[in-house]
Amino acid sequence: MDNILIKAEKINKIYRLPAEEIKAVQDLDLQIRSGEFIAIMGPSGSGKTTLLDILGCLDSISNGRLEVLGKDVSRLKEHSLVALRRKNIGFVFQDFLLIPTLTALENVELPLLFSRMPCERERSISLLKKLGLAQRINHLPKEMSGGERQRVAIARALVTNPKILFADEPTGNLDTKSGEQIFRILKELNQKENLTVVLTTHNSKFGSQAKRIVYLKDGRIVCREDSCLYA
Amino acid sequence: MKIISVAFKNLQRKKIRSFLTIGGVTIAVAVLVSLMGFDAGYQRALTGDIDKMGYQVLVTAKGCPYEAATMMLKGGGGMRYMEQAVYDKIVKDPRIDKITPQLVVAQFDKNRQNGLGGFVLYMGIDDSYLKLKPWVKFKSGGWFSGADSDEAVIGCETADREKRVPGNQVFIPKLNKALKVVGIFERTGTQDDGTVFLPLRSAQRIFDFPYKLTGIGIKLKDISSLLSFEEALYNEPGIQVISMAQVKGTIFNLISSAKVMTNSIAIIAILIAVIGVVNTILMSVFERTKEIGVMKAVGASRLDIFRIIWLETTLICVMGGFFGDIFAILGAQAVEYILRHILPYAPGGKLVLITPELLVGSFIGAIIMGLIAGVYPAFRASSMRPVEAIRLGD
Ligand SMILES: Nc1ncnc2c1ncn2[C@@H]1O[C@H](COP(=O)(O)OP(=O)(O)OP(=O)(O)O)[C@@H](O)[C@H]1O
Ligand SMILES: [Mg+2]
Repeated sequence: MDNILIKAEKINKIYRLPAEEIKAVQDLDLQIRSGEFIAIMGPSGSGKTTLLDILGCLDSISNGRLEVLGKDVSRLKEHSLVALRRKNIGFVFQDFLLIPTLTALENVELPLLFSRMPCERERSISLLKKLGLAQRINHLPKEMSGGERQRVAIARALVTNPKILFADEPTGNLDTKSGEQIFRILKELNQKENLTVVLTTHNSKFGSQAKRIVYLKDGRIVCREDSCLYA
Repeated sequence: MKIISVAFKNLQRKKIRSFLTIGGVTIAVAVLVSLMGFDAGYQRALTGDIDKMGYQVLVTAKGCPYEAATMMLKGGGGMRYMEQAVYDKIVKDPRIDKITPQLVVAQFDKNRQNGLGGFVLYMGIDDSYLKLKPWVKFKSGGWFSGADSDEAVIGCETADREKRVPGNQVFIPKLNKALKVVGIFERTGTQDDGTVFLPLRSAQRIFDFPYKLTGIGIKLKDISSLLSFEEALYNEPGIQVISMAQVKGTIFNLISSAKVMTNSIAIIAILIAVIGVVNTILMSVFERTKEIGVMKAVGASRLDIFRIIWLETTLICVMGGFFGDIFAILGAQAVEYILRHILPYAPGGKLVLITPELLVGSFIGAIIMGLIAGVYPAFRASSMRPVEAIRLGD
């Protein structure tokens, strides 16, 4: 299978609104191999978030064929889809989306709880330490800075040892310095631990550091070489 | 970390709201336990009262049987008078095991209850009275010296209230008559405790009811002969036969109309509590739409979400059930006090009987209520689609 993790063939995502049909993703082909670091870029409304959600099995496609880890996603029952996602896919969001009532450590442990994995506190703690949060383990999200929250969110995404990490504008809500730190962390995870990372970003400085850039416009890939210029 | 702590921490988020919701359940459970405790307690107390009368049948002058029933429990007979000839006639009946004639007179004493005034019951009895109530013991003193003496045996409450010991006197204010106290009964938990007993013949003489009775208490050898016994007395003019079973039924009937109302209150309290719980949880589900989406995105299945929300509801109801039980126990005294003032007839003994079974039962009931109330909010939460939930409100 030549370590292809995700294979999308002519996938479409159509939102049917009363007044019109919005084609958020159109006839899109894409393959993602293990160990890649992909930046999805493009103007606002071009379908980056939609595509990321689809590839991460959070959202369904309207038509086309999407294989994730060799499985045809459209054919999977909900519980198999949940199992596939929970074992193999991690998510990081622009606005962190930590559970406000839970501490950093508890937020990180949450996916373990859902995946019925043994709640290895040590692993969660060492992840937080690795991300420089040793002093924040028992803090609530509201007691942390944006950059710290996003690092907790990364720890949460990594705790189940996923094969792919999806990050939707992970630096979008952060100041330049914290944003760079987050980006560096993601890059290191990719380089040192061979984690496959797919992120969206508006920041061409980050985008240009990716091994591969996918430009979207109106739901279509306009260019997928890093030689392309950001339009 | 456990799922229960996720649920519990969420309830702590809006403390006042959770507190009020738990309060609603608490009230519902407390009301329910009190009412059911009253149900059981009243039944037991009334049965106890009736058993303590020692007779199964009462013969009284004709009148309203309801009135007779309550009056009898309050003091041995209706305030209508019949001829003692009836007693002389039936005393030989072979079906009778024990029989005792009574003359009850109620006198208003304006000095009682700190000047509010109240009735004092005087009861003329003879030796047979103690045969029907073999368990009645003397606390001090003893029985009358003669069948027509100006003497009294008093219940322990009267003795305590009037501070009398054998050798003292009790006065009948209206008649300006003094009786010498010769004995004091031990506490029975019945109306006897507050009654002044005197020999039947003395009572007839002092109160000027010559050869009159208010009731005859009868214990049959075999209760199944009740019907034939009643029939034999059917043609006797001016009297009626009331069985204790009837009295019980009559009083329960009187109570049951009040019970319909109190039960409706309990049902309304429960309904309000359930609506409160559903509303609270549903609100918190909608407020957390995004969080629920995130939980799904990090691996929660429908069932996981369902369980968290369901647990929250159940937690509310468990706490409400617990506090409701506690309040019911603490409030039993107050409820008892109120009931004694509003009931047409309140038997002696505890009116509100809160048993461990009742407490456990209501607690389990509260949990079941939580499980039921939680189904819809939990279903709504678990059916949220992750993307829509997360992107909502962006
Ligand atoms: N739930 C929805 N219903 C209808 N249309 C939607 C919905 N979600 C997204 N769209 C539309 O799909 C298109 C792609 O949206 P998407 O959020 O993927 O863009 P994006 O590239 O992530 O934009 P941004 O850079 O602003 O985050 C847009 O035109 C958007 O309006
Ligand atoms: Mg987006």
